[in-house]
Amino acid sequence: MARMKFLCDADRCIECNACVTACKNENEVPWGINRRRVVTLNDGKPGERSVSMACMHCTDAPCAAVCPVNCFYTTADAVVLHSKDLCIGCGYCFYACPFGAPQYPRVGNFGSRGKMDKCTYCTGGPEPDNTAVQYAKYGADRLSQGKLPLCAEMCSTKSLLAGDSDIIAQIYKDRVAKRGYGSGAWGWQTAYRETIAT
Amino acid sequence: MAMVCARIRLIVAAIALLVVAAAVAPLAAQQPNSVDPNASAVQEQQLLQEFKRVQGLGTIPDTKSYVIEQPQGRAWRQYREGTLPLIGTIAMLGMIVLLAIFFMVRGMVRIRSGRSGVNIMRFNAFERFVHWMTATCFILMALTGLNITFGRVALLPLIGPSAFSSWSLAAKYIHNFLSFPFTLGIILIFFMWIGGNLPDRADLNWLAKGGGILGKSEPPAYRFNAGQKGIYWIVVLAGTAVAVTGYLLMFPFYGTTIAGMQLAQMIHGTVAVLFIAVMIAHVYIGTIGMEGAFEAMGTGTVDLNWAKEHHSLWLEEQQTGADAGGRHPYAAATPAE
Repeated sequence: MARMKFLCDADRCIECNACVTACKNENEVPWGINRRRVVTLNDGKPGERSVSMACMHCTDAPCAAVCPVNCFYTTADAVVLHSKDLCIGCGYCFYACPFGAPQYPRVGNFGSRGKMDKCTYCTGGPEPDNTAVQYAKYGADRLSQGKLPLCAEMCSTKSLLAGDSDIIAQIYKDRVAKRGYGSGAWGWQTAYRETIAT
Repeated sequence: MAMVCARIRLIVAAIALLVVAAAVAPLAAQQPNSVDPNASAVQEQQLLQEFKRVQGLGTIPDTKSYVIEQPQGRAWRQYREGTLPLIGTIAMLGMIVLLAIFFMVRGMVRIRSGRSGVNIMRFNAFERFVHWMTATCFILMALTGLNITFGRVALLPLIGPSAFSSWSLAAKYIHNFLSFPFTLGIILIFFMWIGGNLPDRADLNWLAKGGGILGKSEPPAYRFNAGQKGIYWIVVLAGTAVAVTGYLLMFPFYGTTIAGMQLAQMIHGTVAVLFIAVMIAHVYIGTIGMEGAFEAMGTGTVDLNWAKEHHSLWLEEQQTGADAGGRHPYAAATPAE
């Protein structure tokens, strides 16, 4: 099976936020929750770069390791998913996540944490593929239809890449070789303990 | 004629070329031959080394999401997966083993002179209510808290994921809501018993003689001996620590960042398991460890001989009608002949 990853080519990102909008619309993400966001580093200064960040679907995911109820699982495509039926909204995955991916709707006591929501790599959750109950809890299940996450598919500059690790890494390497520079695959070292040699 | 025209065209073209070249030359001189747009760009590893995280500016209202990378969650994960379970296991099991050994060697501490049949009041109804309110909250919060740390390994395989999640969700609510009466109990305990828990000279003597564990009689003590004072201060300080860190975790991002919450959880967990270990000893000495001790918090009264053997100076105060909170100089408090 493939090892699915995201790769944001920060030298191409123009901070249009189409990925954010596409994600919210495709997955009907609850109000106040952003599974993906674009952050600009050194805003307005020379060398400014924007990075689109969501769950990186880590190898040996910290969220899964610290979850008190073991609600996380990794699919055959190496996508890290969780069960909202099992999640108790404790916040531990949020403490452990290096990318701030887990989000909580404000429905719990004291207006704090409901059941966690995060990027599913457009792969839904443990319910049967492409069912209404799956959609209501987790959003779209595009991967089972042979489609990649909509954020990457929508990206106007093809900055955000999604797909098998080897393929997107090769695309990025070719780009860097052709244009002569590249600021690297953001988050890869942290998420996968390896980065792309360019 | 045609040749002349051709020559003129050539000359004009040459001049035009020169003019263009002259105009472009200074511009070209200002630009380097190859442009590196990444020369001043931010570098991920550099930012991580410098700031331990990558943070920028975003366009959504959630400003917390502007931090896109913070690998220090790894250290917290190590604490959660390894350090805390280790500290907890050693502290709690170690305490149980020590108490079991002590019980087998020393047995229950008896009232040596037997029961007198006369009872005197030790804790009034309000004191007992506060004690048991705090104790009930503590036990339930300890069990629900330990569930978060040990449940996945110890309980989940036994009852299955669905039942374990239902229980854990209920446990989370129990833990969160009982924090309020627990905190109130800690505050009341602090003010209610501070008078009898300030260190005095009798404590030095009591500690020097090891609380009479090995000797034949217990050193004299006022209302609370040095050991009980230790429990009091552990309850007050550890209770405050778990309450403060617990509320920081219950209200995310109120005065904390993610790093702050990681630290709060580490303090909360470590203090809590040590607190539980100490309370196991407290429960032991208040029940099977000592004859006549439980009734102090049960009915509120203790046997006169129990008081004589464990809190002689306090009994003297009670009998002479002295202020229960007041303390005499140690010398004057030695039993009169």
